[in-house]
Amino acid sequence: MSYEALCITWFLLLGVLLAGYAVLDGFDLGVGILHPFVARTDRERRLSMNSIGPLWDGNEVWLVTFGGALFAAFPHAYATVFSGFYTAFMLLLLALISRAVSLEFRSKVKTDGWRQFWDWSFFAGSALATFLFGVATGNAMLGIALDEFGDFHGTVLDQLGPYPILVGLMTLSLFAMHGGLYLYLKTEDELQKRVRDWMWRSWGLFLVFFMITTVATVAFVPRSTANFQHFPWAAAFALLAILAVANIPRALYQQRAGQAFASSCVLIVCLVGLFGAASFPNLVTASNDPSHSVTIFNAASSPKTLGIMLTIAAIGMPFVLIYSAVIYWTFRGKVDLTDHSY
Amino acid sequence: MDPVVLSRLQFALTIAFHYIFPPLTIGMGVVLVWLEGAFLKTRKPIYEIAARFWTKVFALNFAIGVATGIVMEFQFGTNWATYSRFVGDVFGSALAAEGIFAFFLESGFLALLVFGWDRVGPRLHFFATLMVALGSIFSSVWIVIANSWQQTPAGHHVVPVIRDGEPVFQNGVPLLRAEIVDFWAMVFNPSTVHRLVHVWIGAFIMGAFFVMSISAWYLLKRRHEEFARRSFDGALVLATVASLSALVSGHFQAEMVYHHQPAKMAAFEGHYETGPADMSLLGWPDDESESIRFNIAVPGGLSMLLHQDPNEPVVGLDRFRPEDRPNVAISFASYHIMIALGMFFIALTLLASFLRWRGTLYRQRWLLWIFVFAVILPLIANEIGWVAAEAGRQPWIVHPPVEWKADGSDVVVGPGGVVVYDETVALRTVHGVSPTVRAGQVLGSIIGFGIIYIGLGAVWVFVLNSKIQHGPPVIGAEALVPGSAPSGGWKPSRLLEVIRKEAAKRRRLTRDKERGSS
Repeated sequence: MSYEALCITWFLLLGVLLAGYAVLDGFDLGVGILHPFVARTDRERRLSMNSIGPLWDGNEVWLVTFGGALFAAFPHAYATVFSGFYTAFMLLLLALISRAVSLEFRSKVKTDGWRQFWDWSFFAGSALATFLFGVATGNAMLGIALDEFGDFHGTVLDQLGPYPILVGLMTLSLFAMHGGLYLYLKTEDELQKRVRDWMWRSWGLFLVFFMITTVATVAFVPRSTANFQHFPWAAAFALLAILAVANIPRALYQQRAGQAFASSCVLIVCLVGLFGAASFPNLVTASNDPSHSVTIFNAASSPKTLGIMLTIAAIGMPFVLIYSAVIYWTFRGKVDLTDHSY
Repeated sequence: MDPVVLSRLQFALTIAFHYIFPPLTIGMGVVLVWLEGAFLKTRKPIYEIAARFWTKVFALNFAIGVATGIVMEFQFGTNWATYSRFVGDVFGSALAAEGIFAFFLESGFLALLVFGWDRVGPRLHFFATLMVALGSIFSSVWIVIANSWQQTPAGHHVVPVIRDGEPVFQNGVPLLRAEIVDFWAMVFNPSTVHRLVHVWIGAFIMGAFFVMSISAWYLLKRRHEEFARRSFDGALVLATVASLSALVSGHFQAEMVYHHQPAKMAAFEGHYETGPADMSLLGWPDDESESIRFNIAVPGGLSMLLHQDPNEPVVGLDRFRPEDRPNVAISFASYHIMIALGMFFIALTLLASFLRWRGTLYRQRWLLWIFVFAVILPLIANEIGWVAAEAGRQPWIVHPPVEWKADGSDVVVGPGGVVVYDETVALRTVHGVSPTVRAGQVLGSIIGFGIIYIGLGAVWVFVLNSKIQHGPPVIGAEALVPGSAPSGGWKPSRLLEVIRKEAAKRRRLTRDKERGSS
């Protein structure tokens, strides 16, 4: 494989890891966002947390592996992104920590104050992490000011413009909807009815943000539309995304909740695909001077390392898919509380 | 303040907190495999009860380990961007392999281990336990490979960074980076195997002492005695074997460190002047007078250890420029505390094993009390061992190679009688930091992590304690209190009642027996 082909392959593989992360952790982050609103009683809240209990940890590994793969395949981009978004990443870490430990701690002590504290910290961690992912995506679309060595000298305030915030809100509503669709599959009775209401609300909200974001992207991020002229096939992602958004209410009316959730998964994959197509070949776009952009070609590791990594991925990923399938199959069906639940 | 100092402080703080948990999960993973294996073989319910109880404790430790572990991966990029650009090709690969091979394995099967008791059969459950234990061991493999490469780099070359077909210059100096040339030479660099074995042994000691601490406490309180004895027996075997192995592994590691990082070894021993070296048992290094104060030493001990000859010279700190030496006080203290603790573990576990063999261990209340509190010591030993390893590597973040004379008696020195390192193939810690990150930002994140970690640590201890107080389900409890079957919805308050009654009954029985015999 030529060096260029290796770089592109790793860009695609990173896309797969990111899409996998967004689809999988997306629903458990979404459960966290809806948690205090849909689940009212203590039993319901335990059900809500236990619906993702066996899964969230494995889902988060997709992010860890994405980070590791970015570090290995494109170290220059990893360094630019992580140091450039220092404050955002620190907040993200605090959010992910508080979310993880809330799940573990909440049901260990039987007092109202204790449980409420962890309920809200579960919510806050999930919502903040989701919002930050959206803001980061927004900034990646817009680009940030980079010097000739690929370093960002601004502050976190430069990264909180209207467009990134808009994408952040869209991501919040997207994951809330995605989590709602998942929770709907896992719950019954009263709780399920309430989840259904919130599912509709978040779908409506997402539709609004999705349309505004689309318009804003076409208006303010000319590079993304220019890229679509190079890759006309990327329009398929856009088309599929729209079909998926439309199919969610259709499937819900037809009582096909599984299909609605699948549509939401397809939607997320398409959005990640659009993001990738709009960015290619940039990993970090320099808004001040295109020649400062960090691209998959100037940030890549040596061909030898990219090749070794490809072997590692080829050996490891089938195993990952097999055990993920086994785990999801084992914990299929409605969630129930047992001796081993949170 | 200096962003370098702050970033180092933040890394030290976050890794020290994180590293409470991996050794616990690695060590306890072995205990879990043993308990479930024993259950599958004997089908005695006591093993299943023990396995279920330790699984809950394991899950708690694991969750915090995962939550605090992501911090580590992100920090290489956030705080050490220049370092990441220099080593990404090598170090990043190991990290990515860790994600794909280890993290998915352990987190996937953890779901079955913790939540799958009623969903899968005992054989598959045992398999899941085995995979989690393996996964946690694998996860130590790749990160230790990456760290060992920083200590004793191999299998790579350092080349100029090329962007858009041109080499990149920063302040007139070409930008360099390390690239893999030979993957397996990188993986099996000179220190990998030694250090990995030592890390595992440390983890086994940690996990075993953790189990023994809780079991000893139950034995002292006369609760869950059958359960506690079984757990203690298994953990004691592991702890004894591991403590003895640590000594052997430590010895080989010391030889390896001396060969590849002689300045580190000299700092460990406070050996300032090249020549025959004593082995200091107690003392305090003083950089001003270049000697050890309050020194109690074995004459020729270090020479004996490294060369099997008490008169053979050992390279001292005088072979290195002051700016190329690690901090002697920190290296010396951490290294010596680690060794002292290791010796204590050997003494303690051998004594306990001897008493267990004589059949009197569980009557030695004083010894059980020591085990209750001794859990803190392997934690300190694991942490401080890493302090020695990392502080001893300074001032380098990627250590330069060291050349030896052909006969191996001394290092090759340049003008002034000191080693002249090839700095183009190494990286100093001060040069590894992110160029754009400001001190205020790092201070902010240190405060954030500090607050969260203090809270997390407190809640962890609190929840752990309540789990221990709660204990495993009591065998025969159903018979004592109708309607409080241990499986499904048993109330802690009622259980405590059962335990109190049981304990009172047992005390009465032993008293009667004693009276009867006298």
